[in-house]
Amino acid sequence: MPSLQFRLNGAAIALDADPDQMLLDVLRGRLGITGPHFGCGAGECGACHVMVDDRAMASCDMPMWSVENKDVVTLEGLGTAERPHPLQRAFISEQAMQCGYCVAGILISAAALLKRNPSPTEAEVRAALDRDLCRCGSHNRMVRAVLRAASEMAAP
Amino acid sequence: MTSPAQKLPVSLAANPRLSSWVRFTGEGRLAISPGKVEIGQGIVTALAQIAADELDVDIGRIEMIRASTATSPNEGVTSGSLSTQQSGRALRHVCAEVRQRFLAAASERLGIDAASLNVDDGTISGPGNVRTSYWELAGEVSLDHEATAAATPKSAMKRALAGRSVPRVDIPDKVFARPRFIHDCAPPGLLHGRVLRPDVSRAKLIALDETAARAVPGLLAIVRDGGFAGVVADSEAAADAALKALREGATWSAGEPLPDEDDIAGFLKSQPVETTIIDARPATAAREPAQTLRRQYTRPYIAHASIAPSCAMAKWDVDHVHVWTHSQGVYLLRADLAIVLKLPAENIVVEHMEGAGCYGHNAADDVALDAVLLARAAGGRPVRVQWSRHDEMSHAPFGAAMAIEIEADLDADNEIVGWRHAIWSNGHAARPGRAAQPALLAATEIENPHPRMISTNPPAANGGGGDRNSVPLYDFPAWTITSHRLLTMPVRTSALRTLGAQGNVFAIESLIDEIASLRGEDPIAFRLRHLRDERAKDVIRAAARRAQWKPQKQAGIGHGAGFARYKNTGAYCAAIAEIEGADDIRVNRLTLAIDVGEAINPDGVINQIEGGAIQATSWVLKERVRFDRTRITSATWTDYPILTFGEVPAVDVEIIQRPEIEPVGAGEAAHGPVTAAIANAVFDCLGVRVRDLPITRDRIIAAMELAS
Ligand code: FES
Ligand code: FES
Repeated sequence: MPSLQFRLNGAAIALDADPDQMLLDVLRGRLGITGPHFGCGAGECGACHVMVDDRAMASCDMPMWSVENKDVVTLEGLGTAERPHPLQRAFISEQAMQCGYCVAGILISAAALLKRNPSPTEAEVRAALDRDLCRCGSHNRMVRAVLRAASEMAAP
Repeated sequence: MTSPAQKLPVSLAANPRLSSWVRFTGEGRLAISPGKVEIGQGIVTALAQIAADELDVDIGRIEMIRASTATSPNEGVTSGSLSTQQSGRALRHVCAEVRQRFLAAASERLGIDAASLNVDDGTISGPGNVRTSYWELAGEVSLDHEATAAATPKSAMKRALAGRSVPRVDIPDKVFARPRFIHDCAPPGLLHGRVLRPDVSRAKLIALDETAARAVPGLLAIVRDGGFAGVVADSEAAADAALKALREGATWSAGEPLPDEDDIAGFLKSQPVETTIIDARPATAAREPAQTLRRQYTRPYIAHASIAPSCAMAKWDVDHVHVWTHSQGVYLLRADLAIVLKLPAENIVVEHMEGAGCYGHNAADDVALDAVLLARAAGGRPVRVQWSRHDEMSHAPFGAAMAIEIEADLDADNEIVGWRHAIWSNGHAARPGRAAQPALLAATEIENPHPRMISTNPPAANGGGGDRNSVPLYDFPAWTITSHRLLTMPVRTSALRTLGAQGNVFAIESLIDEIASLRGEDPIAFRLRHLRDERAKDVIRAAARRAQWKPQKQAGIGHGAGFARYKNTGAYCAAIAEIEGADDIRVNRLTLAIDVGEAINPDGVINQIEGGAIQATSWVLKERVRFDRTRITSATWTDYPILTFGEVPAVDVEIIQRPEIEPVGAGEAAHGPVTAAIANAVFDCLGVRVRDLPITRDRIIAAMELAS
């Protein structure tokens, strides 16, 4: 099996992997990264979203060869309880979930949005999250949380 | 005189031992062990609030223990919006009594009358600066006693936390990617399992060529038991690959035909049924109707469609098995597992772990049996089994389709003088643990299979099933409510959030709106005029006020209202919808008012109502299980679309707080009223009544053609 290299949450990774294996399988199955979740395995729900070079991508649908030398960020890499990302703080403040299974992917989609557009409108937030499904109906709280994080990040 | 036992809350009467609910663990810590489980509704936080209040400890000291048949009180199933009602009341009593026992011990040790002692964050103090604590006394106060109901919980006024929006205890883990879900649980030695299920409905496995699957690297075992087949492998990827290979080697029987999806009412009305008169109010004076309106409403099969496929883990130790599950009822699941495995219940431990929101009886229990069967081949190693998206959308039970016919007799002034409501539907519950026969999918597949359990309806005392919310709260002079439960079940059904209430409220509230409009009467005024219950009227008035009912008529915009008291005994909810559109409908805004009695955690209640309102909007505008005559065809998110971020309406919720009234749940209160409000808004906007859910472009066009 060829050796593949990429960066994961800031750290360099080199591993032997089948280039056609999906990134989600490698993250969850081999690297113990459980932030990204399996929801559909078909790029239709967003539960497995990770950031690849600052863009939110469905890791269930992303073969390892396409990750070569890329920068991958999962929910684990966004922040920690000690040093939370403003989005993580805002999701707690807004109590922006019910079951929370979808949240890992949604936080990643939101983080990618704020990287390219630090002060989005509500409509832009909704558009950016439109590929992320939430079955519990927590959408509006999540949108509020993203807007709250954006304004917090904009504050001097 | 009533005996003390009769005064105990139900959950406590069934599990009276104090130590099964509360234990003081390490220094400054305590464990609370309810029988209800977290399914994303925030129940664990609300219960922690109740315990912290009653014991006077900081909520941060409390560890909430996940339900397990090894240790927890048996509280049946977490469903029906009953958890705060049942578990909350029990905990309140237990904690009041525990506090009292500690105060008695402190009084003895300190030589001070218990009435002069005070508890502050677990420290017990009295005059003269004497003090001790729960933890100092824990060694001498035994909680291995049965609850007596002698202690009185605090009055609403004295509770510090109840009524406050305490942040949920599970949320930090979920934003910081700390594993909480069963899907993320990876004990040492973990193996992965997958189960082979047919595409064609009820097809049976008749032959299986295992050669290709055996060649898959990482495969450890192929398990076969009659028509049940699955694989165990050392990684999920290997298990998926082996399953794919196994599928190619499978030969299936022809299966059993499915009904005509385009004539659900025709199908439901043509099947053998069990008929029950749910309620009858005879007319006091015979009034000759001037006309009778006869209307039929339908709702389709609806998928639970959890965002996570169902998952479970099992580990055998000779003839004992430990099961981890996101089932809503650990004891009920254990009872079914015991039947299938022919093992005494004591040999089985079923422990809860969180899954994604389930919204009723999805495949959580089914996959637990799958895991147990596959783990038999794992030599004592734990096996985690996860369903595919496809299986989740096609093999899990669905919410039952319904046809509802209402005949309303009207007098010359179009006042209602008679009302007949008839329901045709499969039963709305086929949960495990309730019958001598198991309800689990694999039980119908194994060697010596059990028959498929035909779903039934819970009794009226528990809110009914297909008939839930079918008895009007309005004071019509006469009515007859009839439920026809199907005795065949080609499409597998079981409990989905609200059971029959969504369909019944949709039907009743649609017809009410139609009659009000026939009379030229404002639909809010019409409802208020027919209600006696002030709490009902209050939520309707509050929603109307908040939505500034009725807004000026604007082209292309419609407004509609809906109301129900969930189960006729639970939460009151009124909804007003603002919609927009011509043939494609968009819901812009939902305004709701809700009365759950005492709202222990108001933000939690709002969260539940928002979620329910958005999910109901999704059901109404988009959702319908699709099938042809042989198979379920809506097995992907493309074929079973749900509401997306861009389509979600603004949701505005007002709580009517009633601290003195026992709390009831909020999780299912909004679905019926929101469904009706949207349908009525469609009429307001477009002038057509759509009586078949979901309200899609095709349905609107068909209704318009019918009207013209
Ligand atoms: S799991 Fe990847 S998009 Fe659904
Ligand atoms: S919070 Fe449950 S699916 Fe989004």
